[in-house]
Amino acid sequence: MGENQHILTALVSNKAGVLNRVAGLFSKRGYNIESLSVAFTEDRKYSRMTIVVNGDDYVLEQITKQLDKLIDVIHVAQLKPEKSVNRELLLVKINAPADKRTEIESTIRMYKAKAVDLSPKSMIIELTGESNKIDGFLQVISEYGIIEMARTGLTALQRGFNSIKQFKDANEEEING
Amino acid sequence: MKLKGAKIVTESLINEGVDTVFCYPGGSVLDIFDELYFVQDKIKQVVTCHEQGACHAADAYARISGKVGVVIATSGPGATNLVTGIANAYMDSVPLVAITGNVALSLLGRDSFQEVDIAGVTIPITKHNYIVKDINELGKIISDAFYIAKSGRPGPVLIDIPKNIQQAECEWEPIPVRQVTHRVPDFKKCQSAIDIINSSKKPLIYLGGGSISSEASKEVLEFAQKIDAPVACSMMGLGGFPASHPLYLGMIGMHGHANVAFTSQECDTLIAIGARFSDRVASDRVKFVKGKVVHIDIDNAEINKNVKTSAHIVGDIKTVLNTILPYINESKKPEWIERCQELKKTKVLKETTHSVSPREILRSISRQTPNDQIIATDVGQHQMWTAQTCSFEQPRTFVTSGGLGTMGFGMGAAIGAAIASKKRVVLVTGDGSFHMNFNEVVTAVVQKLPIAVFVFNNNTLGMVRQWQKLFYQRHFSNTTLNRPTNYEYLAKAFGADYLEINDNDEIDQKVKLAITCQKPVIVNCKIGIDDNVLPMIPSGKSAADIIMEMGD
Repeated sequence: MGENQHILTALVSNKAGVLNRVAGLFSKRGYNIESLSVAFTEDRKYSRMTIVVNGDDYVLEQITKQLDKLIDVIHVAQLKPEKSVNRELLLVKINAPADKRTEIESTIRMYKAKAVDLSPKSMIIELTGESNKIDGFLQVISEYGIIEMARTGLTALQRGFNSIKQFKDANEEEING
Repeated sequence: MKLKGAKIVTESLINEGVDTVFCYPGGSVLDIFDELYFVQDKIKQVVTCHEQGACHAADAYARISGKVGVVIATSGPGATNLVTGIANAYMDSVPLVAITGNVALSLLGRDSFQEVDIAGVTIPITKHNYIVKDINELGKIISDAFYIAKSGRPGPVLIDIPKNIQQAECEWEPIPVRQVTHRVPDFKKCQSAIDIINSSKKPLIYLGGGSISSEASKEVLEFAQKIDAPVACSMMGLGGFPASHPLYLGMIGMHGHANVAFTSQECDTLIAIGARFSDRVASDRVKFVKGKVVHIDIDNAEINKNVKTSAHIVGDIKTVLNTILPYINESKKPEWIERCQELKKTKVLKETTHSVSPREILRSISRQTPNDQIIATDVGQHQMWTAQTCSFEQPRTFVTSGGLGTMGFGMGAAIGAAIASKKRVVLVTGDGSFHMNFNEVVTAVVQKLPIAVFVFNNNTLGMVRQWQKLFYQRHFSNTTLNRPTNYEYLAKAFGADYLEINDNDEIDQKVKLAITCQKPVIVNCKIGIDDNVLPMIPSGKSAADIIMEMGD
């Protein structure tokens, strides 16, 4: 995590258009989303969004408060990297000619990554980890030639027994009830 | 009971206490209009000439009545014609419910005739919006929409109802209307604001529109008198504090009174109440105020958004003031008040007028109308002259487009205001603004509304011309209008009365005629092309850069 990067976690209604609303808020206010990952939660009524944003304390405060004003945002909170588990998934397809396979496989082992697809000339590798680990792996693996790749962006949960519902909200006045 | 979707709409509106809707029919809302046909005795239906006019009327209706304004339009162009009106209500935090019809669900997303994704279009300009996809959710959605529109910081909510949902049937029972309640702020969170207020020697209250929507005038008055603090209103706050009160200083902001600009530089504490430090007020956010800032607002996201505060309280203005008043020390500040009065006496404008004086007309209107006279405006020089010159004594008497600055707002707004108040409304407009939506004069005539429309006619887009003079080397690019409009024919063609003011000597008499006229009257006020709105703090500058005089 860079100094100006922040992780926000938001519990939102699992309804069509909510992602549009959240993304729209960022573009409207001129804030840049580094990454955004979203899927429904243990309760299908809600989705969890993990948003990585770039900005100073002012931007962070504004984003949190503005997000919390959205009717579809049930809870929003900032996650401290040291107090949360942060993961990202990478799928990367690289050139893997026969004579390089052994070398590649030892790199994969070192990073605890997994080869998930093989073809005569290429290989797809899966890696889960913190973003900087993925960055590091990509750097190492890039010398073989990356054909294409997909990363999910960060997803994160607070450590310990707490859930987002117990976090202090940015806005105290709640409309959903 | 089992009801059609369209009937659920009308029954829900009645249940929510709606007695007036502003509307324009069309193919995708025919089912709702069919149901409106049966409830004409319960819901007054005002059809305008254009959906934009209907939206501005609903907006002004809400501002005057304190209730939620309702506008109904059809899909596609009907819906997009609401966009400016919705954005206007959003910027000025006006509670509004916009209901649009849409094509049937099976046709949605296929670029069907008169189809537009109005929910998508209005995401950035509504507090919330809905596309109803299940008839069983319709009743709950309408109930939620009204609650969202009026609770917290008020704002517009849009409900898009596809045609087949209007025609489908389901069980419906009235949902009890949820009243807006306000949480009493935690005393600990008020302590630091109270301490700063109590230790302030030279406080200044900056009062915004939030005080009006919160109905907090009595509390504001008590608060100001208790700490002996002078009061400056933002344009949206005009009427929130009686203009004739000795503690009232005037309007704050780009075209606010000069004494206020200087007072804000000298005060040791600025107490912002229900105001949001718009760039039209806090032009240079850093130099705007040198002392401490205490901010009281219902919207947490406004705290520290534009100006860093020393202390703040988040909550409804009336509730917050009632909570803190017992802990506020009563004090007198004769030296500070004297200094403010001195600034009020010395920092005055030299008035120059070329022919008919716009300010003289406004003073005449102020003189000849009661304290509760509702004055609406459009946007431009006439708006600022009105805000500066007319003395607003009571809340909900000034209707203007603040945040969005919508030219063309006035005529629709005057209609909404007249219907809400059941009283005469004065509309001050300019020839530029008036030309944008004067079709609504027809609506005023049809509705038999006594609206006196003063058109400040200077053959130019005056405010833009003024900027061209100051910042664009007098290149009057496209601002001189030279339109051949014959206002007398126009008034008569629409069924309105007509008056003209050609000379300062006839102002009082013509104003008197206009404000006693029993139907809409257009008063063509032939003011000079080079009258300027002063003082002016240029965009991004501070009080030190205030312009008090300028040539033609």
